[in-house]
Amino acid sequence: MEYELLKIIWWVLIGVLLIGFAVTDGFDMGVGALLKVIGKTDSERRVMMNTIGPHWDGNQVWFITAAGAIFAAWPVVYAVAFSGFYWALLLVLFAMFFRPVGFEYRSKVQDPRWRNAWDWGLTVGGAVPALVFGVAFGNLLLGVPFTLDEFMRSTYTGSFWALLNPFALLCGVISLLMLAMHGGTYLQMRTAGPVHERARRISVLLAVVVAVAFAIGGFWVSQLDGYVIKAASNLGGVTTPLQKSVELQAAGWLENYGRYPWMLIAPLLAFVGLALTALLSMANRGALAFISSSFAVAGIICTAGFSLFPFLMPSSTDPSHSLTMWDVTSSQLTLHIMFWVAMIFVPIILSYTAWGYYKMWGRLTTDFIEDNQYSTY
Amino acid sequence: MISESVVDLSRLQFAITAFYHFLFVPLTLGLSFILAIMESAYVMTGKQVYQDMVKFWGKLFGINFALGVTTGLTMEFQFGTNWAYYSHYVGDIFGAPLAIEGLMAFFLESTFIGLFFFGWDRLTKVQHLMVTWLVAIGSNMSALWILIANGWMQNPVGAEFNFDTMRMEMMSFSEVIFNPVAQVKFVHTVSAGYVTGAMFVLAISAYYMLKKRDLPFARRSFAIASSFGLASILSVIVLGDESGYEIGEVQKVKLAAIEAEWETHEPPAAFTLFGIPDQENMETDYAIKIPYALGLIATRSVTEEVKGIKDLIAEHEVRIRNGMVAYDLLTQIKAGDRSEATIAEFRSRVDDLGYGLLLKKYVENPVNATEEQIKLAAQNSIPRVAPMFWTFRVMVGLGFIMLVLIGLSFYYSAKGTAERQKYLLRALIIALPAPWIACEMGWFVAEFGRQPWSIGGILPTHLSVSTRSVEDIYMSLAGFIGFYTLLLVAEMYLMIRFARLGPSSLHTGRYHWEQDSNTDSASTSPAQA
Repeated sequence: MEYELLKIIWWVLIGVLLIGFAVTDGFDMGVGALLKVIGKTDSERRVMMNTIGPHWDGNQVWFITAAGAIFAAWPVVYAVAFSGFYWALLLVLFAMFFRPVGFEYRSKVQDPRWRNAWDWGLTVGGAVPALVFGVAFGNLLLGVPFTLDEFMRSTYTGSFWALLNPFALLCGVISLLMLAMHGGTYLQMRTAGPVHERARRISVLLAVVVAVAFAIGGFWVSQLDGYVIKAASNLGGVTTPLQKSVELQAAGWLENYGRYPWMLIAPLLAFVGLALTALLSMANRGALAFISSSFAVAGIICTAGFSLFPFLMPSSTDPSHSLTMWDVTSSQLTLHIMFWVAMIFVPIILSYTAWGYYKMWGRLTTDFIEDNQYSTY
Repeated sequence: MISESVVDLSRLQFAITAFYHFLFVPLTLGLSFILAIMESAYVMTGKQVYQDMVKFWGKLFGINFALGVTTGLTMEFQFGTNWAYYSHYVGDIFGAPLAIEGLMAFFLESTFIGLFFFGWDRLTKVQHLMVTWLVAIGSNMSALWILIANGWMQNPVGAEFNFDTMRMEMMSFSEVIFNPVAQVKFVHTVSAGYVTGAMFVLAISAYYMLKKRDLPFARRSFAIASSFGLASILSVIVLGDESGYEIGEVQKVKLAAIEAEWETHEPPAAFTLFGIPDQENMETDYAIKIPYALGLIATRSVTEEVKGIKDLIAEHEVRIRNGMVAYDLLTQIKAGDRSEATIAEFRSRVDDLGYGLLLKKYVENPVNATEEQIKLAAQNSIPRVAPMFWTFRVMVGLGFIMLVLIGLSFYYSAKGTAERQKYLLRALIIALPAPWIACEMGWFVAEFGRQPWSIGGILPTHLSVSTRSVEDIYMSLAGFIGFYTLLLVAEMYLMIRFARLGPSSLHTGRYHWEQDSNTDSASTSPAQA
């Protein structure tokens, strides 16, 4: 396969992995973030935890695999982004540490203080990563202060606190509320009684708020300077981020929607998905609300990805050092091998994951938890 | 120049997070197969006690697994956060096995672990058994891919340097996969995991036997663990020898350091059983040697020689000088000289480029290195000998102690008198930490012995770090230590609590603490859970 085509395929595949992560582990994080909001009693919280009990670990692998795939396909991004966003990434990891132990250990001890401590851990483990992912995307749109030297060693000159600027925080809030909404729709499908009722109401509310915040975000982006490639060497060939010139341009991030109008499908999907999530949650159609919410999540992520295209991580220090999907990839051979590995294994993964959900499907109730208190989370 | 303390602290952080992670991995590797064997026994015999065994040991498995997942998260990201230049330089090769590990192993293991815990009432007996086997296979496959990645760090085959992209690039994926070092490491590592699982079940079963509790349950667990353990410990020791042989082929330095072999001796070399290595004067004091043994282990012959450290350092010095020329040529190429002569000359010396890069620790531009700096770089091209010498001997010693303990356990279990062997049972409990110590020592030998390289002969550890400040690493290091220790305390608390409670924790009404006659002591012993 041609190098240029492989580069495009891998841009799509990494996108698929990130969306796979947001759609699956996203609702786990949403359930975590809502644990104390929706779950008023110990049994109610256990109902919530057990709806995702058999699945959260498999879902989290989307996150790990996305990182592994970025390492394999975009080693430059893996190196520059993870070392640059050092504290943001460690914050995500530290928050996520609470999840495996929280799920596994919380209900093994009766003491309410023990359980309450882990409930907070699970809340943090859901909410903090969701927030930070959005903040990171916001900063990508603003440009990140880093440079590369001729040996491709990167130096990041920003601080952690500089990441927390108003625009990035707005993106963080969108991300957090979006995943909370997604968790809400999942709970609608898998619970009954008061938890179900609260999940329904909160999903409606969150869908509306996310739609408004997303619209504000869109307007804000139109006021930002975007990055545009002015001159570059052969994109399909062997190239590094140092072989192009890039300029800032007012409203540059909206350029793609003029050039490739089909990309408008992403924001459209987001808004339609959000509207349907609200309406279907009101109509008490949990499964359809969850599907709409999944499309909304995919639409929002695609909007960010399409706006940046072909950029992945623009450099605000020296725009010409920006990372794009053309110049950060692995060699042709590695992309080729990894493409076939993904083609073979992703369908297998999807089928056994689906089997797992099929086998564990059904609504959980507080009665069930109380009857099985020693064998459930 | 890169700050020495950033390099040292980043190494310390990687070492600590990896050591923590590997407190949990071996038990997962071993116990998952023991669970699968127990459940196979359940499905074949239909006896309830076997299902109870799977559920109870599965509970302990889960407590351990949770921290394995937690500490494993860090490992997937830490190359990027702290070893950014490494990630750029070798990501083209090193990233692939990591991504494949996710796709092929983590998904399998993590999806089916949920069904293992929650699927008892939702799956048929055979389906559940299949799920348990898939968890075991998944976790062992992840070991395969991570050891392919690690094996490549020790013996980087199938790759070439590309001066356009300033990195190593994959030339042959099959060479990377079938790297002999990786294959041997895989078998040795998973076998060590199986031994850990066996020792864990043996020690806790021994505790129930000594307390005369739940004997039928303990007896059967003991029998399965001792037979599985015996096969595993034999495999570790036999294939550990095999990994010594491979080191002899591709990592002469590691072997020489383990043996504190300063001089190249006439073949066959003797094995130093004991001694005190003195790096300063390059000699080993008070050495007790076994003739012929090292030559046999390392080269499988009595005529091939095992190279000593002094000769290796001399060889490295030549390669460092050659590497300086390679570096100079690379600079010319980077500056735009793409003449065929320059490129051909560079290609002929590129294998020593890494040795030239060793000088970057002492001088900004290796071409300007002084004689002293070249000598110093050559001296430091081997790891510290004493730590290698000792950790290796601790690992091997513990291996043989476990061989004896597991062998006796198997013998008495087969005879049906295991529960009467008080000394053996006590020894098993005392020896419980042995497999963990041996595993950690093994990793120490493998990775400390790789120094000063992060990728053997290609990329010095010194150059591999991210550009971060000393304060950053101090703080993250403190964060990891604090956080992990907290979680480890919670883990140990639950593990001890449930191990003491035993199968009564299943609340089936069939076990010790649930019997009326024992309720008095129940109020003073392990609390209800």
